[in-house]
Amino acid sequence: MCTMIVKQVEIEGSSKGTSGWFGLRQANVSYDHPFHAPLEHALNIDFVNEAQGPGARVAVELSVESARALVKTILAVLERAEVGGYLDVFALPGQTCSD
Amino acid sequence: MRLLHRRVLLSKCQFARLRPTTLDCDRKCNSGDRGRLAISPNLYYRDGHGTPEDVAAKVRAAGGVPDDQAVGDVAGAMQHLRALPYINGKVGVFGTCSGGRHAFLVACRVKGSDAAVDCWGGRAVMAQEELTPRQPVAPIEYTQDLSCPLLGLFGEEDRNPTPEQVTQHEQELKKHGKIYEFHRYPGAGHGFFYYDRRDYRQAQAVDGWQKVFAFLEEYLS
Repeated sequence: MCTMIVKQVEIEGSSKGTSGWFGLRQANVSYDHPFHAPLEHALNIDFVNEAQGPGARVAVELSVESARALVKTILAVLERAEVGGYLDVFALPGQTCSD
Repeated sequence: MRLLHRRVLLSKCQFARLRPTTLDCDRKCNSGDRGRLAISPNLYYRDGHGTPEDVAAKVRAAGGVPDDQAVGDVAGAMQHLRALPYINGKVGVFGTCSGGRHAFLVACRVKGSDAAVDCWGGRAVMAQEELTPRQPVAPIEYTQDLSCPLLGLFGEEDRNPTPEQVTQHEQELKKHGKIYEFHRYPGAGHGFFYYDRRDYRQAQAVDGWQKVFAFLEEYLS
């Protein structure tokens, strides 16, 4: 750990880890040394459920360009789904639908 | 049986500790032929059971190991080493990346270190906005308390620490009259010892290891 640049966000969904599917509770987003990606620093996302222990984690380590492209793609897909009237919006505890 | 007569503590970046190069650090430092005994305290044992990667990710998300906790754990490991019957009583502390930062912190805050090796430890110099409850004081603020000789190895292309931060740290060491050696390597960035990573630099790493062993030989003999 070097930069200590990290943020956490509550999320809702599912991830498939080494032991199968598990419910997600949190995403930890950092810009720091990756474990596997051949980069000095990477945009790291850990999809986790801490209640199930450290092993309930699905990790991705992305280059800066890949991370920005992913963000744009997610937003573009959500926009298209919204325009098509497909979006199902559920608020997490403590959030409003406009968050 | 050859008696081991020197001691080296290892503390490393939480991700570096997972890498083959870290095992190589352990092997290099934990060498009976060279008369050294090394241990690597697990700074994350409080954070649950799992693979090293998963536990390290959990620690990262929480904001890293608290400095006070890391210093206390390394101090405990130091006590363990000193209790062993077959050494000369000298203990050094070695770390890379955030472990280098820890090595410097320990050398300042725990009396009894005989040598400290800081390999590219970032965030020794910290801006006010970088301070957190877990890292509430920039290590450079402890420089006046440094109680042993310090070896620092840095890459000139590193961004954490930057060359300017290394110079700032060096000026603080000079100001307080500390015994230190800082070596800056052209063509190297962060983690240039890590032979399994893109940023490995063979010539600089070989020279760096030679400097580490010469330093330990001088101060732990």
